[in-house]
Amino acid sequence: MRLQDHILVPKHEILKEEEVEELLNLLGVKKEQLPKIKASDPIVKEIGAKPGDVIKITRKSLTAGVSIFYRLVVE
Amino acid sequence: MSYDSILDDYPLPSSVKEEIKQELERLKVKKNVAKKIVEHCYQAYLSNLIEPGEAVGIVAAQSIGEPGTQMTMRTFHYAGVAELNVTLGLPRLIEILDVRKNPSTPMMTIRLLPEYAKDREKAREVANRIEATYLKDIAEIEVDLREMSIIIKPDSEALKRKDLTFEELKEKLEKTVKKDAEILERDGMLIVKISKESYKLLMDKFEELRDLVVMGIKEIKRVIIRKEEDEYVLYTEGSNLKKVMKVKGVDFTRTLTNDIYEIYEVLGIEAARAAIIKEAIETLEEQGLEVDVRHIMLVADVMTADGELRQIGRHGVAGEKQSILARAAFEMTVNNLLEAAVKGEIDYLKGITENIIIGQPIKLGTGDVELIANLGVRK
Repeated sequence: MRLQDHILVPKHEILKEEEVEELLNLLGVKKEQLPKIKASDPIVKEIGAKPGDVIKITRKSLTAGVSIFYRLVVE
Repeated sequence: MSYDSILDDYPLPSSVKEEIKQELERLKVKKNVAKKIVEHCYQAYLSNLIEPGEAVGIVAAQSIGEPGTQMTMRTFHYAGVAELNVTLGLPRLIEILDVRKNPSTPMMTIRLLPEYAKDREKAREVANRIEATYLKDIAEIEVDLREMSIIIKPDSEALKRKDLTFEELKEKLEKTVKKDAEILERDGMLIVKISKESYKLLMDKFEELRDLVVMGIKEIKRVIIRKEEDEYVLYTEGSNLKKVMKVKGVDFTRTLTNDIYEIYEVLGIEAARAAIIKEAIETLEEQGLEVDVRHIMLVADVMTADGELRQIGRHGVAGEKQSILARAAFEMTVNNLLEAAVKGEIDYLKGITENIIIGQPIKLGTGDVELIANLGVRK
């Protein structure tokens, strides 16, 4: 049973280090300024992300069709 | 002819791109014309974007608040065809934004795996596995004071209906009473013999057994089977997402609950965000009110930004404001000021509310822009 298959759960991916760098440069923010997600979150556990990782979330949006969101994994 | 190569050059949202593409394909325009159209669309898109520095939170608050005044105060309503009682209207909206841990009418929508969804009998089977069945529903329970025992007379028809055997029932009872009593069988009856001569123990056991859930999930009080299009769907009164997801025959990927906190615990913060949006839209729509989803999405984003569900209110978003004056202006003025004074808090006057209170320009819209003179460098 994969919780990620549930219709309410959008796609979660761990960003690679260089992708994180690129993203932060693009947005002009520090890592800590990103929205957070807890390390205890069931989906974070499922994809095996560790605190400090940045997760890319690809949501289905009612307005934009697809929207991409980033969250920093915290304790 | 493909217009994708033209559209790829523009950072437009995918839904907008799709719409333009469809229109272009319908009109079958030439490539160079298409390019101009897309350029125009992009300009229109840019001019419709929200301005940086716009007070989107206030706009969202007003846009949800005003229709909120038109909502019914009546708490209950019988929703849909199923005779299920659901909280709707303003009380439900408040429940969603307050992130109540136990909504007043928890409800689940359970969809079944293909092999169970088509057949009513099979759907009933799954419903039996989910719905809580109490011992008192399937058997007569009596106390025999002389013998210091409890007599349980199972109704064979009820057992059959619930697809439960006498032996299974006995096993279940043995597990419940453990060492406090032994279970004897006598002409189709089960006799629970208490190990000690104590009336209190006897009555305690009697009460325990009467409310014993012999089958199903304790929280699910009732299950209703409804046919929707070509599949059978289960609606329940009561909710326990974690357990229901594991029941055989349930398609967990399409199983929903209206308890947002439960979704947060089982499926995580992103699912909770999606659930807040879904529930809020449904509540507003049911009342015939139209609120742009962007406002609701903003609210859901604020509630979930920290990775945990925060309510809109003094225990959540508003209560965690950094400014003392902003907190005091919201709710419990005296308490907030007193507490801040005791702790020796400092208000840095960085926000909006506090600057309005003391009569300074606010950092919003044009007030958020500052002039920086670049002295010395001149061509």
